[in-house]
Amino acid sequence: MSTIAVGGLNRTAALYQSVIGKKVIMAVTGFILSGFVLGHMIGNLQVFAGPEKLNAYGAFLQSLGGALWAARIVLLASVGLHITMAVQLTMLKLEARPQPYVKKTALVSTYAARTMIWSGPIVGAFLVYHLLHFTTGQAHPDFKPGDVYANVITGFRNPAVSLFYMVANILLAFHLYHGVWSMFQSLGVAHPRYTPLLKRVAQTFGIVVGLGNVAMPMAVLTGILSL
Amino acid sequence: MKLTLNIWRQKGPNDAGRIVKYEMPNVDEHMSFLEMLDVLNEDLIHKGEEPVTFEHDCREGICGCCGFMINGLPHGPQRGTTVCQLHMRQFHDGEELWLEPFRAKAFPVLKDLMVDRSAFDRIIAAGGYVSVNTGCAVDGNAIPIEKQSAEMAMDAAACIGCGACVASCPNASASLFTSAKIAHLGLLPQGQAERDRRAVRMVAQLMEEGFGYCTNTGECEALCPKGVKLENIARMNRDYLKAAILYREENASAGGA
Ligand code: HEM
Ligand code: SF4
Ligand code: FES
Repeated sequence: MSTIAVGGLNRTAALYQSVIGKKVIMAVTGFILSGFVLGHMIGNLQVFAGPEKLNAYGAFLQSLGGALWAARIVLLASVGLHITMAVQLTMLKLEARPQPYVKKTALVSTYAARTMIWSGPIVGAFLVYHLLHFTTGQAHPDFKPGDVYANVITGFRNPAVSLFYMVANILLAFHLYHGVWSMFQSLGVAHPRYTPLLKRVAQTFGIVVGLGNVAMPMAVLTGILSL
Repeated sequence: MKLTLNIWRQKGPNDAGRIVKYEMPNVDEHMSFLEMLDVLNEDLIHKGEEPVTFEHDCREGICGCCGFMINGLPHGPQRGTTVCQLHMRQFHDGEELWLEPFRAKAFPVLKDLMVDRSAFDRIIAAGGYVSVNTGCAVDGNAIPIEKQSAEMAMDAAACIGCGACVASCPNASASLFTSAKIAHLGLLPQGQAERDRRAVRMVAQLMEEGFGYCTNTGECEALCPKGVKLENIARMNRDYLKAAILYREENASAGGA
């Protein structure tokens, strides 16, 4: 611990092993995932345009074939790397302050920023459930392959399921509220003129994605959307 | 005014440590915080008890020696102020205060409120310098420096190495401190020659010391007594990224004709 790295540079400083390199990986994968959640939400909001629109959209995605799989592989790899980095960095954080404070006051950090390690894994667990629910159907009691609209309505009619969707997406909103700005800082983008704007964009991004995603189960529960 | 102090007492690095309560019945609001502790220590010495150890030197906010947590905030409640410059008028009669050392694996507690911050010295030794030839002093202003860069370098150079950024960080990260040095030197023409090597080595040392990573919470910036900006951390990330990708080790075979 108390030696100084002055000899020939040893490659512990290699990008992947450094705290900054890990944050860069986190930021790049976070960027990809953020783009995905936005696109995913916009696509899904077509549920409000009726069954034909949504099912046509679903069929269109399926028709992409190879391209769909390429996108899935990139997304899965991003999730995998993002989670690996999250776990490694969290371990580091726990090691870095073995003895906690008797009293610690948070002055400016947002709730969203302090709870990234909670919002993240819950969203991750939700992701697994969500894929089993609407993509592959194992977790959906009335799953009809190809009828996306019916699956959404019957799925969300279960209040417990809808509640889980809403909670997970509110947490996703929190994750993005901090994360979408944080990723720019991690990549070295900061400037007094643009940083305040970036923070506002990130917060808006989180809120918009959160509201859009919560709107769907809410609309089914309240009867605005039905079969 | 009357104050109740809950102070972390720890005999040495291997002692478990505990909070001990002290009543201060007569605190003058014009005292500095450290003077108030001096009064407590006088008292303890008269009673034959061990005085509370805390670090201090200049007592004018420039050396970076002092610093501990007051109610969960490094250097206490007044922004932009070291604890030696903090005055008792910031507190009110009957208040109960909690005094603890800065906590991080890289800052082991030596005694009571005093921690070992030599990890910072090793980070600086790893790359926080510029090499200059000795001999005649160079002409002042011989190298043109853009005004804005000089200002930003100066702002980063204001860091006194107190460690409050580490103490306030939920991850015990030393990013603000390290980035202040990297920005201070990297913004100036004199710092260019060693810029890549500095970033790579200082970041390697930062990890070697066992500090956490930065999650951009912004606590450090808010609590830094010298107002060092979070923007410096982005600059460090930039410098580091570029250096980690492009930097060539000294013993790598030299290219060219
Ligand atoms: C749809 C899924 C997700 C999206 C869109 C997303 C997005 C992001 C973004 C943009 C960042 C900021 C990166 C940076 O600061 O450099 C981030 C950070 C982070 N994410 Fe995620 N993430 C997702 C899922 C997850 C999951 C499943 C985990 C669980 C392990 C997780 C844990 C974290 C952690 C611990 C951070 C670091 C927090 C910080 O540096 O402040 N994320 N995420
Ligand atoms: S950056 Fe600020 S808080 Fe951190 S060591 Fe320097 S002066 Fe102290
Ligand atoms: S004693 Fe020097 S800064 Fe406080």
